[in-house]
Amino acid sequence: MSKFGSAIFNRLVIIIPYAWLLVFFLIPFFIVFRISLSETAVAMPPYLPVFNWDDGLSGIFDGIRQFSIANYLWLTEDSLYINAYGSSLWIAGVSTLLTLMIAYPIAYAMAQAPGSIRPTLLMLVILPFWTSFLIRVYAWIAILKPEGLFNQLLLTLGLIDQPLIILNTNWAIYIGIVYSYLPFMVLPIYSALEKMDHSLTEAAQDLGCTPISAFWQVTFRLSMPGVIAGCMLVFIPAVGEFVIPDLLGGSETLMIGKTLWNEFNANRDWPVSSAVATILLLILVVPIMFFQQAQAKADSEGR
Amino acid sequence: MQRWSRFNILSLVFGFAFLYLPIVLLVIFSFNESKLVTVWSGFSIKWYVQLFQNQGLIDAAWVTFRVALLSATCATVLGTLAALAITRYTRFRGRMLFSGMIYAPLVMPEVITGLSLLLLFVAIGFDRGFWTLTLAHITFTMCFVAVVVQSRLMSFDRSIEEAAMDLGATPVTTFMKITLPVIAPAVFSGWVLALTLSLDDLVISSFTSGPGATTLPMKIYSQVRLGVTPEINAVCTILIGIVAFGVLIASIVSRRAEAQRVKDERAAFGH
Repeated sequence: MSKFGSAIFNRLVIIIPYAWLLVFFLIPFFIVFRISLSETAVAMPPYLPVFNWDDGLSGIFDGIRQFSIANYLWLTEDSLYINAYGSSLWIAGVSTLLTLMIAYPIAYAMAQAPGSIRPTLLMLVILPFWTSFLIRVYAWIAILKPEGLFNQLLLTLGLIDQPLIILNTNWAIYIGIVYSYLPFMVLPIYSALEKMDHSLTEAAQDLGCTPISAFWQVTFRLSMPGVIAGCMLVFIPAVGEFVIPDLLGGSETLMIGKTLWNEFNANRDWPVSSAVATILLLILVVPIMFFQQAQAKADSEGR
Repeated sequence: MQRWSRFNILSLVFGFAFLYLPIVLLVIFSFNESKLVTVWSGFSIKWYVQLFQNQGLIDAAWVTFRVALLSATCATVLGTLAALAITRYTRFRGRMLFSGMIYAPLVMPEVITGLSLLLLFVAIGFDRGFWTLTLAHITFTMCFVAVVVQSRLMSFDRSIEEAAMDLGATPVTTFMKITLPVIAPAVFSGWVLALTLSLDDLVISSFTSGPGATTLPMKIYSQVRLGVTPEINAVCTILIGIVAFGVLIASIVSRRAEAQRVKDERAAFGH
């Protein structure tokens, strides 16, 4: 059995997960694309045309002839969608920057920490990631409400006379994204900083760099792969975020994930929500490819 | 060696306070006597008692738990295979696409994954419910398992495997007797990760589940939209407790396995 068996084993190791991902990850995108070219109908499923497989090829050609780009034209005509894409990118960008600014000092301090306590610190950063995303977002509602704990604290300290309105504004969304995605930023930066050779910074300082310029020119540059990976891990999912804008944002907050959800669940307009998803995917394809390249590079270096 | 400055300590203290304070507050207010979650009025466990009388919630918890167990187990098998494929076979047709399909789900916005899976199930005429939910969860969690296992395989000393093969072991035997025991801690933490991701998921579940298969996060979400109550805090506290317990067990198991591995390697190499 051995040679034949090993060939089969080797094949199966690749084929089983490959086939699974093809069927449940890649092919669905083509279905989304196809339905984005259909027209809305009051039926189940609520779109036209539905391929008529019984008619064979002619049924399929009939279906293709009915494809229309009306849904995409609709997206460009209604400013709601363009604004939603724009503000999603803006909110995700600002949040990514804020996350980086908060995560970097934490990652830096962890990498500088004595080796004996590093595993504990690492565990402490990872632990909140294991608790439910929904729960962590929910926890902020009670804190940010006008009569919430944060305002109570500020009022007691006498820093403000009137409660700040934070919940249901973009600020609440920034806080929610920074909070939920912080571990994703800390971990790659930490692993980049941890690998770094500290004699390099010392050499830079010996050669006359101030500690600050040594940090920017040596430490920060060498941690760039970690920074890029972290930013991608925050930015890409944040663009399509639904839970955070829905629970913490206001009614006037436009984010594309929420728009898609409403289009699908409230309006039951599957073709338009498919078109929204297709465009979102096209926008994110470049950062996703970028992320994959970085991952593949890190893999080959780790080998 | 390095100085651990005051700035470093401060950033860690603030960082961890930021990460943990909201969760701690949520847990504290689940024991609040009054119906408010912002004003403390006394200790009480009445919200927990109420939970156990809420049949809808218990049903949802049961669905969630079954989906999570089943999908995490399948995802661990598939994810481990995927990790083996991507680390062991550096050249095969479509490898680029394969690694793309493993990494992309990690960052893919959930609304897209959820919508595309739903449309797939509709297109093939699969009734939405428990099974579609499970299939969807397997798909998005297996990639996380693959990444966790892959990082362990990367530092794996392949000469032990080659030795086993040279001594006449078949690939399957080698995998079962040599590879699997070594990567077992990573496979186990992959399973725990898949389990918690599945327990936690709201968006993909909402798209792919049907009538009769409401999960706990879906239930919590629909109640949260109506307002913040200590009852939800109590559900959340129980979930946090379960996860904390699971992570604790997982870390003890993997620490023991790591210590054992180091001991074995020392013995083997005669240090």
